[in-house]
Amino acid sequence: MADIQSPLPGTFYHKPSPEEPAFKSAGDAVAVGDVIGLVEVMKTFIEVKSEIAGSFAGYSVDDASPVTAGQVLATLD
Amino acid sequence: MAIKRLFIANRGEIAVRIIRAAKGLGIHTIQAHSEADANMLAVKLADEAVCVGAAPAKESYLNIDALMAAIAQTGADAVHPGYGFLSESPAFVRAVEAAGVTFVGPSAATIERMGDKVEARKAAEAAGVPVVPGSKGRVDSVDDAAAVAAEVGYPVMIKAAAGGGGRGIRVADTEEELRKLAPQAQQEAAAAFGDGGLYLERAVRSPRHIEVQILGDGTDAVHCFERECSLQRRRQKVWEEAGADCLDDETRATLCASAVALAKATNYRGAGTLEYLYDSATNEFFFIEMNTRIQVEHPVSEMITGVDLVQEMIRVCGGEALSVRQDEIVRNGHSIEVRINAEDPAMQFMPWPGKLEAMTVPEGDGIRFDHFLYEGYQIPPFYDSLLGKVIVHAPTRNEAIEKMKAALQGIELKGLKTTIPLHLALADDPDVRAGNFHTQWLEPWLDAGNLPTGGAS
Repeated sequence: MADIQSPLPGTFYHKPSPEEPAFKSAGDAVAVGDVIGLVEVMKTFIEVKSEIAGSFAGYSVDDASPVTAGQVLATLD
Repeated sequence: MAIKRLFIANRGEIAVRIIRAAKGLGIHTIQAHSEADANMLAVKLADEAVCVGAAPAKESYLNIDALMAAIAQTGADAVHPGYGFLSESPAFVRAVEAAGVTFVGPSAATIERMGDKVEARKAAEAAGVPVVPGSKGRVDSVDDAAAVAAEVGYPVMIKAAAGGGGRGIRVADTEEELRKLAPQAQQEAAAAFGDGGLYLERAVRSPRHIEVQILGDGTDAVHCFERECSLQRRRQKVWEEAGADCLDDETRATLCASAVALAKATNYRGAGTLEYLYDSATNEFFFIEMNTRIQVEHPVSEMITGVDLVQEMIRVCGGEALSVRQDEIVRNGHSIEVRINAEDPAMQFMPWPGKLEAMTVPEGDGIRFDHFLYEGYQIPPFYDSLLGKVIVHAPTRNEAIEKMKAALQGIELKGLKTTIPLHLALADDPDVRAGNFHTQWLEPWLDAGNLPTGGAS
């Protein structure tokens, strides 16, 4: 079990755009550098990348919810 | 009817600016805020404050139903929209007017008309304001294109009549080039949009961005001279001046008169800005659009004319006539504003929503700092990165640049990263000093490494 944390405070999104599916779903393989979500900070979108490899367990916060820096966004198995 | 209870439907530095203006007029202030903004400076300064929703702007500052409920609940008799958010929303203005509340700005119909590019261009042409010359409608043959180009003048931009975006845009400097490029543009337009029709307009290369501040009371209108805002990054202005030293007196007079003509033709009420492209090679200016609200860079116009634009817009929207006549508005000296954003210029302008630990603000004659900061304030990440604006006023442009440099060196915002290093570098740049720039100047300047950058990026 490993956590992926938010690098910045802002609003966290699971999807690249509202019409598209989430970056990852439970069970997906995650490689180092894979984008798992976006944090919107001051109208700029920053990609959240995994620094570890594993299997995606799930998002820890809802889509489009406010997050703080260091908050756990998703977990890997 | 004079305004007594003003509701401020905005946040940040402009909310602070509006509260100060309203208090100076003896008006009771009611500040709207989101859940994330409960401790912002405007909330502390206002006579009362009301929460209008959650942190995301669409649930608070863009939420018309929530704002209307708060306006009713607090018994406000007027609404100031600031800039951005709902300041140019006809739907919001209609809701405010339907509630019998005064909107500090023009009518919904004026906002709607000026917000539509085609309608705004028509209104400008009808008032005798120059627009970028172009074909009257679609052009279907290369010979027709050449005839139109001869009329509007080279260089010309060739665009697809159907569709938008950058598809199929070409620039021709001569008829020979046009005859080569137009068929290519037709083919590309036909392939992309199923319609090979073209549209031609004059290409303005390396334009300068010049805008005119106007004020209207619904009957009469005046201008407060022009501003130059050519230093832009990603279409965001970063450094603004009043006046535009590149203009000669005759061009300035014609430009400002054209803006007043359009304001009068639309029975404009409130503060507004007409934006123009200026071609310094030919000394021509062309209207591009009108902003029907107060702008971020309004202080430079206030500094050179002494007119308080925010107070004046509150007064005229409360039913008073303009308090100044055109012949009483006189230019005095030169003013420069720079935008202090919570961004790290050494890291590709990465947003930096930090916590302000300690603050030293610049002070002195001809120095103004419009902001919403206080020590201990945590910058929320949910809104834009503008923290404030440093504005200076001096007899000449060179002296204003020197004063700006000194003011910026005197600011300390501990705990934040800001765009101050960018402005200090600009203040020392020979082209900026000489006024040799245009709207396409700053980005290549940054790409060329004129700013010290940190890290490996």
